Amino acid sequence: MSAEPPRADPLCADSPRSDGVHHDLEPADPARGDSARGDSARADLAGADRVRADAGRAEAVEVVDQEGDGPGSSRSDARRSEARPSEARPSEAARSRPGRLRTVTLLVAVALLLASMAVGLLVGAADISPKGILFALLDRLPFVHLDSGLAPVDQGLLFQLRLPRVLLAALVGGLLAIAGAGYQGVFRNPLADPYLLGAAAGAGLSVTLVVVFLGGDAGVAIVPVAAFVGAVGGVLLAYAVGNTAGRGGGTATLVLAGVAVTSFLTAIQTFAQQLKLEELQRIYSWILGDVGGGWEQVWMIAPYVVVSTVVLLLHGRLLDVLSVGDEEAAGLGLRAGRVRFVVLLAASLATAAAVAVGGLIAFVGIVVPHVVRRLAGWSYRIVLPISFLGGGAFLVLADTVARTILAPAELPIGVVTAFVGAPFFVAVLRMTRRVGT
Amino acid sequence: MSGRRTYPLEVTDLGVRLDGREVLSGAAVSAAGGEWLAVVGPNGAGKSTLLKAMMGLLPHTGEVVAGGVRVRDLKPRERARLIAYAPQSPSLPPDMTVFDYTLLGRTPYIPYLGRESAADREIAGAVLERLDLAGFAARPLAHMSGGERQRVVLARALAQQAPVLLLDEPTTALDLGHQQQVLELVDRLRAGDGLTVVTTLHDLSLAGQYADALLLLADGRVVASGPPAQVLTEPLLARHFGARVRVDAEEDGRPLVRLLRPDDR
Ligand SMILES: Nc1ncnc2c1ncn2[C@@H]1O[C@H](COP(=O)(O)OP(=O)(O)OP(=O)(O)O)[C@@H](O)[C@H]1O
Ligand SMILES: [Mg+2]
Repeated sequence: MSAEPPRADPLCADSPRSDGVHHDLEPADPARGDSARGDSARADLAGADRVRADAGRAEAVEVVDQEGDGPGSSRSDARRSEARPSEARPSEAARSRPGRLRTVTLLVAVALLLASMAVGLLVGAADISPKGILFALLDRLPFVHLDSGLAPVDQGLLFQLRLPRVLLAALVGGLLAIAGAGYQGVFRNPLADPYLLGAAAGAGLSVTLVVVFLGGDAGVAIVPVAAFVGAVGGVLLAYAVGNTAGRGGGTATLVLAGVAVTSFLTAIQTFAQQLKLEELQRIYSWILGDVGGGWEQVWMIAPYVVVSTVVLLLHGRLLDVLSVGDEEAAGLGLRAGRVRFVVLLAASLATAAAVAVGGLIAFVGIVVPHVVRRLAGWSYRIVLPISFLGGGAFLVLADTVARTILAPAELPIGVVTAFVGAPFFVAVLRMTRRVGT
Repeated sequence: MSGRRTYPLEVTDLGVRLDGREVLSGAAVSAAGGEWLAVVGPNGAGKSTLLKAMMGLLPHTGEVVAGGVRVRDLKPRERARLIAYAPQSPSLPPDMTVFDYTLLGRTPYIPYLGRESAADREIAGAVLERLDLAGFAARPLAHMSGGERQRVVLARALAQQAPVLLLDEPTTALDLGHQQQVLELVDRLRAGDGLTVVTTLHDLSLAGQYADALLLLADGRVVASGPPAQVLTEPLLARHFGARVRVDAEEDGRPLVRLLRPDDR
């Protein structure tokens, strides 16, 4: 196969293509001709993997150098010196990493979470001295022995009530927020939330059935398991419906399937709860959320927390790639369907775990990723981890408000989050109107 | 003759059905390695569809062979290292920066759960520099003009460093100077690195001026192909574009297409 251009040398000086006024372009230099460029031959594709070889990369950069100010450039000095300052730019741009998580951001988010947890531990119906709490906590660390001076009753309150409650709030908030971020990435829609695909409706139906048919206390014991199974089942149902209905398996069909499944399951749930109106309050108090489940529930969801957050955090870059759409992502060599499936699976697992112990807490999954996006950056490499931390902080604070503002009565936590979330939702709608894609 | 390898493109009997409608049928395309082929044709002829199908982004019948490899047999990543594609209407995440968007072109070289290397960032920076975009590196895409965006999309495709380049209307939004800049750049890549280039182009004179060969699509079929002078003829253009044109030949034999006004003779 001849590599020679099939017609007159395109680099020939008086060809119409290389003379004339070049806007911002170094003209092709006949003196350098093809031999200089031959060096930059493409890496052999026979083993496509080898294209990545560093040699190939170095060559690519070199091509630019040749074009830019290689020896023998016919440009005037003025033009050349004008080109100088810009030389530093590529590496400058390469060094600045606008879409990456900065350490500062991470530290701020961690500090925020810790501060909110401190507030959650300090505030409560019983007055426990901050110093006592601090010492009691430190005392639990290995090799640290401190006398907190707390009464056994206060110790019990701290370790059996407040600490697990704060931890559970942090985990549930973190899970909902990171799952919301994951859903938003997969659906390329800033208004997607973790309940979009039927997780909430599935869990709601499942819990209702358990409460109604097992009744009272027997039912309550297995509510978390029922919620978990229901949430996973709802998502799977929506996914199955979406995949059979949509030919390409696109996201739009999936969302519509989620809507259909949600209203279908909600209809059954409404019917089921009519059967036993006296259980209505129990069902509603579950729906409105509660993170007072204690250590047992913390340990119950711990494995799901670890698995789902690790998987989601690993997919930040891929969600960024996915933001150009399935077709273009495929053009970039990404199996969009596979990424979407894995992220949806992990996000749904996170949602199910959160729902199992927290009920259907609203708005955290939408509000938190948005705040993060506005404050810290667009990239999912930022949005995912910071949402997890920020969601945790948000829910710890919301829970603290919920259990203190009307003390000794407790407000359902979902009421507090929705109270903040609903106005924010409107603001988000207004803000995203300008984007118009 | 340097020993550099080039990647000829051979498409046989390509057919695409969309919504139960035959949008493309029996399309044969052939481009020698290092050649520039321009696909022309009226709106809705199937030009974009042809490019997408060649990239393997649409279900299609027929074969696409690039550099001796059946594209169908390649994994997506391998395919993206062989063929880079710049869509006609790309979707641009508004907040993503120009630099990060260009860096997306490195996707086929990054392991599934890996991250961009310093070399990837070097390449993205170099491509931006080359397209006169280095000053925009940190800008969000939403803050770019139409023509600037088009060059950024080209930058992403170039960052892919694939030996076959499919560009769908790469110059529509560009001013005269940048049209020339982009086309010259593509031509230099073609000549220097032996890239095989397929572009759709609406400007027939530009197509005739830059491409080695032209392919005229109409109604999903290839109605003419060959050197510019054989495709850009008054009868063919009148028939398939419904346009009254005059085609003049330049000194080098390349055709120059001009619209006729009612009182032109
Ligand atoms: N997803 C789709 N489903 C159904 N029909 C489609 C789809 N995409 C394109 N078409 C149709 O296929 C035909 C070819 O479209 P294509 O985009 O390839 O045209 P084109 O030659 O690129 O036109 P233009 O010059 O306007 O860009 C058109 O009639 C269009 O309406
Ligand atoms: Mg088109």
